[in-house]
Amino acid sequence: MVNYTKAPEGIIGHGYFATTLQKAIGIARKNSIWPLPFATSCCGIEFMATMGAHYDLARFGSERLSFSPRQSDLLMVMGTVAKKMGPVLKEVYMQMAEPRWVIAVGACAASGGIFDTYSVLQGIDRVIPVDVYVPGCPPTPEQIIDGIIKIQDLIANEGLHYRNSVEYKKLLNSYGID
Amino acid sequence: MEEDISKYTDPADIAHEEHKEFITLNLGPTHPATHGVFQNVLTMDGEFIEHTEQTIGYIHRAFEKIAEHRPFYQITPLLDRMNYCSAPINNMGWHMTVEKLLDIKLPKRVEYLRIIVMELARISDHLVCNSVIGVDSGALTGFVYLFEKREEIYEIYEEICGYRLTTNMGRVGGFERNFSDLAWIKIKKFLKEYPIVLKEFEKLLLRNKIFMNRTIGVGSIAGEKALNYGFTGPNLRAAGIDYDVRVMNPYSSYEDFSFDIPIGTQGDTYDRFTVRGEEMWQSLRIIQQAIEKIEKMDDKHTFHADYSNVVLPKKEQVYNNMEALIYHFKIVMGEIDAPKGEIYHCVEGGNGELGFYLVSDGGRTPYRLHFRRPCFVYYQAIGEMIKGGMLSDAILTMSSMNIIAGELDA
Amino acid sequence: MFSVDNNVVEILKVKLQEQFASDVSSFEILKDIPTFTITKTKIIELFRFLYDDDELQFRFLTTLCGMHFPDSDQPFGMVYHLHSFKNNLRIRIKSFTSSEDLVFPTVTVIFKTANWMEREAYDFFGIKFSGHPNLKRILNMEDIDFFPMRKDYPLEDQSREDKNDKMFGR
Repeated sequence: MVNYTKAPEGIIGHGYFATTLQKAIGIARKNSIWPLPFATSCCGIEFMATMGAHYDLARFGSERLSFSPRQSDLLMVMGTVAKKMGPVLKEVYMQMAEPRWVIAVGACAASGGIFDTYSVLQGIDRVIPVDVYVPGCPPTPEQIIDGIIKIQDLIANEGLHYRNSVEYKKLLNSYGID
Repeated sequence: MEEDISKYTDPADIAHEEHKEFITLNLGPTHPATHGVFQNVLTMDGEFIEHTEQTIGYIHRAFEKIAEHRPFYQITPLLDRMNYCSAPINNMGWHMTVEKLLDIKLPKRVEYLRIIVMELARISDHLVCNSVIGVDSGALTGFVYLFEKREEIYEIYEEICGYRLTTNMGRVGGFERNFSDLAWIKIKKFLKEYPIVLKEFEKLLLRNKIFMNRTIGVGSIAGEKALNYGFTGPNLRAAGIDYDVRVMNPYSSYEDFSFDIPIGTQGDTYDRFTVRGEEMWQSLRIIQQAIEKIEKMDDKHTFHADYSNVVLPKKEQVYNNMEALIYHFKIVMGEIDAPKGEIYHCVEGGNGELGFYLVSDGGRTPYRLHFRRPCFVYYQAIGEMIKGGMLSDAILTMSSMNIIAGELDA
Repeated sequence: MFSVDNNVVEILKVKLQEQFASDVSSFEILKDIPTFTITKTKIIELFRFLYDDDELQFRFLTTLCGMHFPDSDQPFGMVYHLHSFKNNLRIRIKSFTSSEDLVFPTVTVIFKTANWMEREAYDFFGIKFSGHPNLKRILNMEDIDFFPMRKDYPLEDQSREDKNDKMFGR
């Protein structure tokens, strides 16, 4: 018994299936994400458990981890990001090619977590735009997978021209990224 | 033409003689092979490493500063995040430090329970290190098999304290609840099934010709030099010196257990791999002895010391007894003052001697708390260990040292 | 727990009196660890003596850290923990200085492990070490101008505007 992903809405006929280009590309993109695990601390170990055989992120299409930002779609920031690390994170984000998504895994990446100190960046959304936040300290692998599924929903519903739109450019400019 | 071989042993000489250029390679802070965020700027002559410069601090979270603003039991969750692969050892070490300050003696059953938890944590730490050495040399399958067993250790933690990774396990004076029957069933099942998987993993790598060629003689350090650099733990034992805090300064009744300390000969990557593997077998032995000792005891219910100043009273008493209510309030709000004193206590963590230097001035928070973090101390020596070797050897050396970024920067 | 062998402690006390009579003060045993204070200028001589002595053999530097006592007249101090494997004895050595003369001699000449530990003490307290091979900040960013672990520096980042004090009772 094999599970297929659900087909998008469209017109079914005898020997053909017609849907919008956006839905077709969305379904192809969402089931073949290449994540970049940017693991800094404890959440990274929970990510290693998510990639293991028990929780198995690969069933959702993320079989191939890419450590090069040029070849990845999803930047998974897992763990605390210190102020020293902020510029490094921004460099990695700027090297990624469009379309790119960012998921902030863990309380430290989302908002600084329990470390309200002079040296910790209080949330990565101070340097890069974030799509999904996964709370938890560390989040259990089920929660991380839940976050990936939400990213998949975002990817499936994204407009084809969103990355060239004025709204997206304004978002990037607010972070100082051209 | 006769070649003068001695001229080619020191890369600096070659460069000077033949006007070679060195290239600078940046290894990190984000790199798949460095498991954690630390940077190594390598100056390389082709494939050989000439000089390195390390930069750390990319995950500096100011633990020592935070600890000055938190009451004693609120520092425990902070310490989970230091060496997050074996969080219970950090928790137990801290509790023992505070117990030493307050002069609390624990019942034997509590100490044996602590030993079971600490040895499970040691197994889970060495498991990560060894499987990651396999991954870095190309053997990805061992990682998947061992991590399945690590999930079982996580289930045991969940049964005991409620969470998987950052456990906040135990309290000053013992544990927060007795181990449930399900926890004992899971521990015994783990003891029966883990040796089989560990033997399979060792068959994959231990006498594998490719692995041995890649790791023997790589990144070696002599025993005396290691001692001068402050090495402790499996890295020092691989270099031939048998210093183990559990034997030299026994804590939590380790003197009642019989176990061996494996040591290596050369201090290279292969020795570190085998020492960690053998320590896992010894940890299993200790857990087996602890279970037998606990089952022989008549007392099956003690899980904390009888010290009302730090141990929370039972909930039935809190609702019915005025004194218990007052103690509950004072303990939870952190209003119990600690005595003045200076304590240094160390435990054998997954990476070596994890020390806590606590200075208390009589308030509700420590005046100064300094952590002796083993990773921070021995990472200094990496420059010497990888100099003159190849880049791929450097990767294996770094992963065999088990550098955990949380402990490096704290 | 640590048990102190009183014979060795007596030998240590006698030898310290012989070699460093006026520079050693307040020798006491605090919860199993003999502790004493030494004047700053004699630190290297003391460590060399403890290292080379055949009976004592303090050849392992466990840790060193900085201290700040703002109310005393010698506010900055260093605390060293040494360990002798032969006698299974740990000792704690303290040394203080005033804030005008915030320089200590480096012990990297004897123990290579002190290299990064002294850099950490410099990063946190601003204590300089004369003769250190590479005295730079190690854990914080290179360009900051404050020393975070001093008691007068606050824990939280003061430049945040998004914290609502009314909600969190500050």
